[in-house]
Amino acid sequence: MRGLPPALITAIVLVAGFAACAVQFPNIASTRVVGNLLTDNAFLGIVAAGMTFVIISGGIDLSVGSVIGFTTVFVALAIERWGMPPLVAFVAVLALSAAFGAAMGAVIHVFDLPPFIVTLAGMFLARGASFLLSTESIPITAPLYSTVSDFALRLPGGGRLTAIAIIMLVIVTGGALLLHLTRFGANVYALGGSRATASLMGVAVGTMTVKIYMLSSLLAGIAGIVFSFYTSAGYSLSAVGVELDTIAAVVIGGTLLSGGQGSVIGTFLGVLIQGLIQTYINFDGTLSSWWTKIATGILLFGFIALQQGLVALARRPLTKRAGAAS
Amino acid sequence: MQNSPDPALPLLEVRGISKSFGAARALQEVDFTLRAGEIHALLGENGAGKSTLIKVVTGVFPRDAGIVRIRGEAIAPRSAKAAVAAGIATVYQEVNLLPNLSVAQNLFLDRQPMRFGIVREGEMRRRAKALLADFGLDIDVAAPLGNYSVAIQHVTAIARAVDLSARVLILDEPTASLDRHEVEILFGIMRQLAKRGIGIVFVSHFLDQVYEISDRITVLRNGRLVGERETASLPRLELIRLMLGRELAETTSARASAGEHRVREVCASFENYGKAGYVAPFNLELRHGEVVGLAGLLGSGRTETARLVFGAERADGGKARVEGAPVRLQSPRDGVRHGFGYCPEERKTDGIVAELTVRENIVLALQAKRGLHRPLSRREQDEIARRYVKMLDIRPPDPERPVGLLSGGNQQKVLLARWLATSPRLLVLDEPTRGIDVGAHAEIIRLIRDLCNDGLSLLVISSELDEIVTYSDRVVVLRDRAHVEELAGEAVDVGNILAAIAADSVAVALEAHT
Repeated sequence: MRGLPPALITAIVLVAGFAACAVQFPNIASTRVVGNLLTDNAFLGIVAAGMTFVIISGGIDLSVGSVIGFTTVFVALAIERWGMPPLVAFVAVLALSAAFGAAMGAVIHVFDLPPFIVTLAGMFLARGASFLLSTESIPITAPLYSTVSDFALRLPGGGRLTAIAIIMLVIVTGGALLLHLTRFGANVYALGGSRATASLMGVAVGTMTVKIYMLSSLLAGIAGIVFSFYTSAGYSLSAVGVELDTIAAVVIGGTLLSGGQGSVIGTFLGVLIQGLIQTYINFDGTLSSWWTKIATGILLFGFIALQQGLVALARRPLTKRAGAAS
Repeated sequence: MQNSPDPALPLLEVRGISKSFGAARALQEVDFTLRAGEIHALLGENGAGKSTLIKVVTGVFPRDAGIVRIRGEAIAPRSAKAAVAAGIATVYQEVNLLPNLSVAQNLFLDRQPMRFGIVREGEMRRRAKALLADFGLDIDVAAPLGNYSVAIQHVTAIARAVDLSARVLILDEPTASLDRHEVEILFGIMRQLAKRGIGIVFVSHFLDQVYEISDRITVLRNGRLVGERETASLPRLELIRLMLGRELAETTSARASAGEHRVREVCASFENYGKAGYVAPFNLELRHGEVVGLAGLLGSGRTETARLVFGAERADGGKARVEGAPVRLQSPRDGVRHGFGYCPEERKTDGIVAELTVRENIVLALQAKRGLHRPLSRREQDEIARRYVKMLDIRPPDPERPVGLLSGGNQQKVLLARWLATSPRLLVLDEPTRGIDVGAHAEIIRLIRDLCNDGLSLLVISSELDEIVTYSDRVVVLRDRAHVEELAGEAVDVGNILAAIAADSVAVALEAHT
C-alpha cells in the first residue's frame, strides 16, 4: 500500500549490490550463501519487523537489544538450571517481554513522555536484569536445540533454509499482512501521521500505543529465542547495540524515522543489505569486519538524504499551489 | 414536547454560555441559535470569542455556565469525539485529517469495512468513491490525501463529518486557503448540505463570502453577543459597526494636531512589495517623525504587511529602500541591521521572555545586534535598563524583577524599551494596546506620539479605530490581503476608515457626502 517507492529503491540497491558482489565473487550467487544470509540475520529480521511498527507510529524502541539479551539468559537459566521444559520457558519469557513492552507503552501514553527516554530506561532495565540473572555465558544443551539446529529445508544448489530462517520469514510475512491489511495497521500509520488528529478521528491512541510497544517487545523476545537457537547459549552481553542495527535496517528499508510511512518488506530488504555487506567482507577476507558498520553508516546517510529529498519533492507542488492561489 | 423532536425546535440552541480562563472572561452569557437547513455565519474580530464558543459547544473546553441543546435535547459533550456522537462535527482551517493515509483510509479510519479481521480495501475504496461523488469529487481515493489540494482535503473532511451522521457542521475559516474557484465548489457543497437539512455554522473573516453564502449572521464582540440578524437585512456598514463596536455617527475629531504639513524625509519605502498568497503588492512610504496606521479587519493583511516590512517574511517581488538606498530584507536579522524594530501582537509567545528580568529583556535585542563577541557589560546593562525604566515609566521601577510578574501594559513598555535601546529608525507595533487596561492605553498612545516627535518612524497596527485615528498621520486601509486605501491629513477619520473597509461603493458614496 504505502511507502512502497522507497522500499523499491531499497530493493534496487539490494539487487545491484548483490550483482556487484556476485561479479567479484561468483560464489556469492548461490543458495548456500543466501540461505546462510537468512539464518545469520534471522533474529535481526524478526526484531526489525517489530521496530517497523514502532517507527511508523512515530515512536522508537531502544530496549530491543537488551530484551534479546535478557531472553537468551532467561531461557538458558530456565532450561539448564531451573529444569523447565524449553517450550514452557519460551512461553514464560514471551509473556514477560510482552508485559515489559506493554508497560513501556503505557508509561509513554499515560505520562506523555518521549518514547526515546522511556525505552532508554527500558534498555538499561532489561540489560541490568539479565546481568542480575547471570553474568556468564550459559550453554544450552537441551535436545530440542540440537533438533532445531539440525532441521533445515534443502534448497536446490546445496543451500539450507534453517528453522530459524523459516521462523523469520513467517514473522516478516505476518508482520507485513498485519501492517497493510488490518485496521490495526491503518491505525499505526494514523498515529504516525499525527497522534492528536488520529485521536480526534476516533483512534484509541492509548490502547494502540500499548499494543505497538507490546508487539515490538514480543518480537524482541522471539528474536531472543531465535538468537539462543543460533548460538546455543544464553549470555547477558549478547545483542548489545542491536537496537541501532535494527533502526538502521528500518530506515534503509525506506521507513520515515519521523513516522507515518514505511513497510515491513522494506525493513526486510534493509536487513538483507546489512547481511550482504557482512557477507562481502567475509568473502574478501582482508577487510576488517568493522567495514560493515562503515558501509551501513554510509547507506544510512544516503537513505536519510533520499527521504528528505522525496519529502521536499512532495511538498513542492503544494507551495506552488498556495502561491498560485491568490 | 421534550420527547419527540419538534420540527419547529431549533437544531442547535445555545443559551447563556459563559467561559472564563483565569481572570479573563472569554464568553459572557452568549446565545446562539442554528436552524436546520440554514447557513449561519459567526463573525467577530480577534478575541471576540468565536473559537472559544465553538470549542465550548464541541466539548473541547468545559463550560462555566449555560445550556447546549440539539433539537431540544440538552447535551454536554466532554470531547470532540463525544460531540461528533451527538451530531456536531467541526472542520477546522488546518484540516484535521492524516495526509500520510489514503483518501479512503481517511474517510473510513476506525470504521473500515472488514471481513475476517482484514480491511476490505476494494469495498472501502468503492464506498469512498461513492461518498465523494456526492460532493462532486472524482479522484483516486487510493492516493495519499497529502497529494491533493487543500480544497479537496477540506471536502474530504466535510464528507467524513457528514458521513458520521452530523446534523450540525461547523466550518472554521474553511475558505482561508482556497482560491476563488475552490471556494465556489465548497459553497455549492454547503448549499447542497443545507438543502438536506444540515445546519452549517460558517466562521469566516471574508465578508464578501459571508454575504454570498449565509442566511443569518451572529456577531460576537469581546465575548458578548452583539447581534443576530438576517443577512439580507443587515447592511455591510452596519455589520462592520457591530464587529468593531463603533457608532458611525460619533466620528470623533479627537485627533491630536498631528497633521501639520511639513515635508518629512523618507525613512523607508516599499515599491510593489508583496508576496503571492500573503499580501498583494503594495506601495508604502514611511517618513521620519510620522506615524502610519494600518487598519482593517482581522485577516485583512495588516500583520502580514508588518512582517514583510520587518523582514520576518520574504517578499517575492518589489523593491525596498532604506534612506533611499535599496536593501534586501530576507530575515528579521536584516530588519534589525537596517534599524527596524518589531513588537509582535502575541506579546506572551513572540515577544517577552517571562522568566528573564526587565533588564535582561530590555538588552536582548541590543545584544543580538552587537553580536556575541561584544558583550554588554553589567554596568552598561544596568545603565540602559535604568534609563528606559525611567523614560517609559515602567512599574514597578525594578529592573531585576522577572517580566512575567509585570502587568500587560508594563510588559508592552519593556518590549518597546527593548527596541528603543537599539536606536531604531523604524518601529513596527502590532496591536500595542491589546490586553492592556484603559489607563495604560492612553500612556502607550502618548508614548507613540512622543517617539514620533523625536524623529522615529512608526508603523502601527490596531483594531481600535479611535486610537489609530488619534495618533496616525496617515492610515493605510487593508481589505482581503490588499492595501485598498490610503488616508492622509483631514481624511483620517473613523468614518472614512470604516467605509474603506466595508466596500469601495460605500466609500465613494461617503466621499461624495463629505
